[in-house]
Amino acid sequence: MGHDHSHDHTDPPSDPALRVKALESLLVEKGLVNPAAIDEIIETYETKVGPRNGAKVVVRAWTDPDFKSLLLSDANKAIHSMGYTGRQGEHMKVVENTATQHNLVVCTLCSCYPWTVLGLPPVWYKSAPYRARAVSDPKGVLAEFGTTLPKGMKISVWDSTSEMRFLVLPQRPEGTDGWTAEELEKLVSRNSMIGVEQALTPEKLQAIEANEKF
Amino acid sequence: MNGAHDLGGMHGLGPINPEPEREEPIFHEEWEKRALGLTLTAGWLGQWNIDISRFARERQHPVAYLSNSYYENWLTGLETLLVERGVISPEELAQGKALKPTPVELKEKCAPASAVQSILSSGGPCDMATDDLQEFQIGDKIKVVQFNPTGHTRVPRYIRGHEGMITNYYGSFIFPDENVQDNKIGQHLYNVSFDGNQLWGKGNDTTIHVDLWQSYMEPA
Repeated sequence: MGHDHSHDHTDPPSDPALRVKALESLLVEKGLVNPAAIDEIIETYETKVGPRNGAKVVVRAWTDPDFKSLLLSDANKAIHSMGYTGRQGEHMKVVENTATQHNLVVCTLCSCYPWTVLGLPPVWYKSAPYRARAVSDPKGVLAEFGTTLPKGMKISVWDSTSEMRFLVLPQRPEGTDGWTAEELEKLVSRNSMIGVEQALTPEKLQAIEANEKF
Repeated sequence: MNGAHDLGGMHGLGPINPEPEREEPIFHEEWEKRALGLTLTAGWLGQWNIDISRFARERQHPVAYLSNSYYENWLTGLETLLVERGVISPEELAQGKALKPTPVELKEKCAPASAVQSILSSGGPCDMATDDLQEFQIGDKIKVVQFNPTGHTRVPRYIRGHEGMITNYYGSFIFPDENVQDNKIGQHLYNVSFDGNQLWGKGNDTTIHVDLWQSYMEPA
């Protein structure tokens, strides 16, 4: 809080659940917020706006060369044309992974993230260790996600210091010729669109799905 | 400001320990949902902007900033802003009870549930025209200014004083260092690349891209 602290700053804060509850009830009593509006926001990010949006953008770029070229030159136009507009996606830039170039996105100063195509950021993306090391030791960070890149692959890290939001266009995995868009979307993990992983290979997806059956 | 939020390059923070993507829930606690919703809806009252809210979180004591979870930092920032901007009084915050009436003009800004989809899907574009001359072109070598402002800025410490190259020009956008003072001005915005070897020492063969407003840079 912005008031003058007379106590030790290391005092444990009171339970955030109680603080939130008290604050919401105060703001509702004062006629400043509407609980149903809050419910609507939560439902939006739980069920409507998430990384499946981004996966649809990626798959369209994999399968439609004209769309891909628009996506890389004018990401706003391309992404907004698919209906993914709004908060934390007003200004978009897409960076392409190739056989020689890998991209990784971070926000070292806060937790800027392209909500319209990826939803709310995962805890690790907002965590201090990720924000600290993504810029100084990206290879070490990738290793923590189990990602090793081929030798000689160049790495670019994109630190989101402005209101521009970055989305990584991962490489299309081999052995996916003739796959439908729906099948391809399963390969596009959220993490591959942040750049801490590559898109899933068909084998990896099969292994994950087999594991999830048990 | 040189706060705990400016994390690029810091050591000793431990492993990232990411939760597996297919297992991680969107929220980990019920209260996180309400904290998100409160932060967004209170923001729609129009009493502050994105840079003011970032600065409210950054200004915490570094121990608090780093000990808090993400949503705890949001909650703390929200409490700070509501009190500082006079939307609620410190007594009301402490007691969780309304002690004075809310001005009608403010009440009218309270968003109903029916407005949420349209507010979220329109967002808040941050581009803004300027009469400034565009000083840099793609390919130009620049040097980031060496400065240590105590206010809000979007220049991380790890690039200050370093040389980089302009790789993209985005147009002109609201300048954060002034926006935090409620002063909206447009300024040219660029993407700039830095050599990992120069920023972090020999053997770091990565490229780091940072978005920088024009006044953060001088010709190299």
